Amino acid sequence: MRTAFLSRLVELAEQDERIHLLTGDLGFSVLEPFRDRFPDRYINVGVAEQNMIGVAAGLALTGKKVFTYSIVNFAVTRPLEQIRVDVCYHNLDVTVVAVGGGVPYGTQGYTHHGSEDVAFTRVLPNMAVMVPCDSHEAAWATTRLYQRQGPSYLRLGRGGEPTIHGAPQPDVSGPGWFEFGGTGRVAVLANGPILGECLKAAATLATHGIGVRVVSVPAVSPLPAEPLLSLARACDRLVVVEEHSRIGGLGSAVAEIVSEHPGLPPVKRLGLDSAKIKIIGDQRFLWQANGIDAAGITTAVLSWVAAAPT
Amino acid sequence: MSVENFPSAAIAGLAREAKLEALHMVHRTRASHIGSCFSAADILACLYGHVLRIRPEEPDWPGRDRFILSKGHAAAILYAILALKGFFPRAWLQDYCGNAQPLGGHATATGVPGVEVSTGSLGHGLSIGLGMAIGLRGTDGDHPKVYVMLSDGECDEGSIWEAALLAGARRVDNLVAIVDYNKIQSFGRVADIMDLEPFGAKWAAFGWHVIEVDGHDHAAVCTALGEAGSVGKPSVLIAHTVKGKGVSYMEDQLLWHYRSPTADELRQAIQEVSS
Ligand SMILES: Cc1ncc(C[n+]2csc(CCOP(=O)(O)OP(=O)(O)O)c2C)c(N)n1
Ligand SMILES: [Mg+2]
Repeated sequence: MRTAFLSRLVELAEQDERIHLLTGDLGFSVLEPFRDRFPDRYINVGVAEQNMIGVAAGLALTGKKVFTYSIVNFAVTRPLEQIRVDVCYHNLDVTVVAVGGGVPYGTQGYTHHGSEDVAFTRVLPNMAVMVPCDSHEAAWATTRLYQRQGPSYLRLGRGGEPTIHGAPQPDVSGPGWFEFGGTGRVAVLANGPILGECLKAAATLATHGIGVRVVSVPAVSPLPAEPLLSLARACDRLVVVEEHSRIGGLGSAVAEIVSEHPGLPPVKRLGLDSAKIKIIGDQRFLWQANGIDAAGITTAVLSWVAAAPT
Repeated sequence: MSVENFPSAAIAGLAREAKLEALHMVHRTRASHIGSCFSAADILACLYGHVLRIRPEEPDWPGRDRFILSKGHAAAILYAILALKGFFPRAWLQDYCGNAQPLGGHATATGVPGVEVSTGSLGHGLSIGLGMAIGLRGTDGDHPKVYVMLSDGECDEGSIWEAALLAGARRVDNLVAIVDYNKIQSFGRVADIMDLEPFGAKWAAFGWHVIEVDGHDHAAVCTALGEAGSVGKPSVLIAHTVKGKGVSYMEDQLLWHYRSPTADELRQAIQEVSS
């Protein structure tokens, strides 16, 4: 995903001289193509993320389109007030790009778990939030956010994620809603690489006679309300799966909209449990521990269906 | 802490053993940051082999000196030293970065005796250490000291200089910062990315007592640390080091911030560290 983002950014920067890239001293073996191609539009500001966002805001105020790059918590959490005030309050064209969304750095401990970033960014005014599931969506989201012209957050994985979409997503005017087919009265909505686990769970659930429709929703904010509502009307249950705290992310965003429309089905949210933040482990281990791997999702749906048949 | 009593063989042995453990740890887990561990190893061996007043068998002893590894990505070498000093069983090192195990890839305090604070996000340790140093001062005349190891790249963070200002203004003299000045940060050389020079003069201007030292010279480090921590103002040891010190192919190479050694590279590194 990191490389897909960077390749797309280089393509865009060839066409648009306003594009600048700032990094907080990260990006080894990822950012070099941009750095070497556009040395005048690249700044390594050092390990100083608050300054990075302020400088990005200043550049944006002179008409530049700025992308900033770091690991999740250093990209978002450390400079959260600079993002809120300097970028969002002034509605500036700055895209905060983070790598390591979720727990790909799981063995590195809580400092490196990207577990609340979507919640932090989603509530900010003017901010678009995108969580692509693979390299095709990452390239798509890069262009989408580039065109949007405003504060944005792009949450990427660590690199080396499997490709889920069969082909690049060319329709960059779309809302950020990708249906993966399936028929049935259960819908699973997800974003990020955990979508792959949802597709596996859907296949298993089909063998239990439960039809599942899987949707990738990279656009957490603004959330595509129209497709969500029509999906909800066609289903009995909505399950949201994300590699993020159960609080404040995609699951919350879906529940907020669904709860405002009478007669729509219940929403079950699966995600990272904040009671488990002290557990260290690799990504798959933490998926399992939090019940968001394919087996955990399957079990959650089966027991929900058994407990409350429709 | 006179240099006559300075246990040079024990410190050298501790540094060597810890480096060998750290090599195995990062090799086994394919972890990064071995270069960051090796620039700091000699200083940590001086601290834990001689300088710190600690009781490994009583890790929470209230009178202990505190050490914070603010550059938490060098956790492997800290864990190795703590295990060698008896804070926890050496066998734990086998499970470094293991699923549901205590020793996380960045310095983790939860369930790990001897680790005072969880770190890994740069720029936090000096502020926490300053708070500890102030909190420990009232106890009695011979109050504990607080030592905080920073990396040079970490000194890009504004928070370091906020803590430096406050410590200097309040003359918190039981606070000792140690900068592992290995001249390399994550994406290049310090001099190219964010030159810190004149580095000592910056700390001095903030009200600190500044000592510059070769961070691989055990006698010099122990002498400097003996002098620091009770001079009427906070002290900073600017320790000139080499990233990846002691392994020829790692020394002063950015790559070894990231790479972990292959089996062949491991063999060569063990040989060079042991000799
Ligand atoms: C706040 C924050 N930003 C970024 C990082 C990512 N990061 C890890 S190590 C490092 C810099 C490494 O260089 P240096 O600080 O000089 O440490 P060394 O390994 O050389 O001792 C960076 C930027 C981080 N851990 N924390
Ligand atoms: Mg360094």
